[in-house]
Amino acid sequence: MDAEVFVAWFEEAARLVHRDRDRLTRLDAAIGDADHGTNLDRGLTEVRAALAGSPPETPGQVLATAGATLIRRVGGASGPLYGSVFRQMARSLESPVTLAGFAAAFEDGVVALERLGKAALGDKTMVDALAPASRALALAVRDGVGVREGFEQAARAAEEGAKATIPMQARKGRASYLGERSIGHEDPGAASAALFMAALAAVVA
Amino acid sequence: MVGLVLVAHSAGLAAEAAALARGIAGAGTPVAAAGGTADGGLGTSVDLIEAALRSVDQGDGVVLIPDLGSSVLTARLLEEDGRVVVADVPFVEGAIAAAVAAAAGVPLSDVLEAAEEARTYRKL
Repeated sequence: MDAEVFVAWFEEAARLVHRDRDRLTRLDAAIGDADHGTNLDRGLTEVRAALAGSPPETPGQVLATAGATLIRRVGGASGPLYGSVFRQMARSLESPVTLAGFAAAFEDGVVALERLGKAALGDKTMVDALAPASRALALAVRDGVGVREGFEQAARAAEEGAKATIPMQARKGRASYLGERSIGHEDPGAASAALFMAALAAVVA
Repeated sequence: MVGLVLVAHSAGLAAEAAALARGIAGAGTPVAAAGGTADGGLGTSVDLIEAALRSVDQGDGVVLIPDLGSSVLTARLLEEDGRVVVADVPFVEGAIAAAVAAAAGVPLSDVLEAAEEARTYRKL
């Protein structure tokens, strides 16, 4: 996996988030402040511009640029949260990038996310999509499957994790103020996290 | 003097809280506001926080006081060990307590402690 694959990942994520912008915002309107779709769409548009402006040479540079841009340009909580995942991945990732190396860096990214947001599995956050994706990647490495299949399994785990947030009661963020009324809605952060993983599977397919 | 940056989702909220803190602690207290997004909307801007941080940094450390959500997350990304710290305190009460302590010229750890005492203030 070279820098081009990582650029393609963020381009595809930007496309999917733009396509689903209104769905993400509707999910956020139910339990949040109705800005997740527009915020992330704006942030990823800026990421595409930053990557096109000065094309990075290594996967780590792509991740570092994407992370810093999301932190700077999103304006909502998803900016620093996604930004931390990608910045940590940039620090952890070793060249050349293998599935095992990606899985290890991704796990570090999820740990950084959990630390910053102080969120754990079951809190109805993006962790509920990304932690299962991380576990799926680790299992793919253990089972010796190819990159493509590994990313497909991670995307499926993230999608299932996002859907699994529907019956959860939120314990983090604005939705947590709603108490039991947060039950019955998919978490918008988990939904967008599933799009990031779907984008990854799409670019290696 | 220790500097303070009040980080809020709204530019108005941050600016008025900073004005109130300076009004109570003294006009010369280094308290800066970083509210809202760079384009004037509700949210958080790293650029505004960093600019505010520079404006109050006199070399004795800076306390960041966020309101909630993305303000807290973004402020935590800017922490520097022993130099820039985030106070986990009520926004208004914490800002005033920290500003009064900063104006007294005490070190960073004492300003942080004064802010944290605001968490247990009872109004009745």
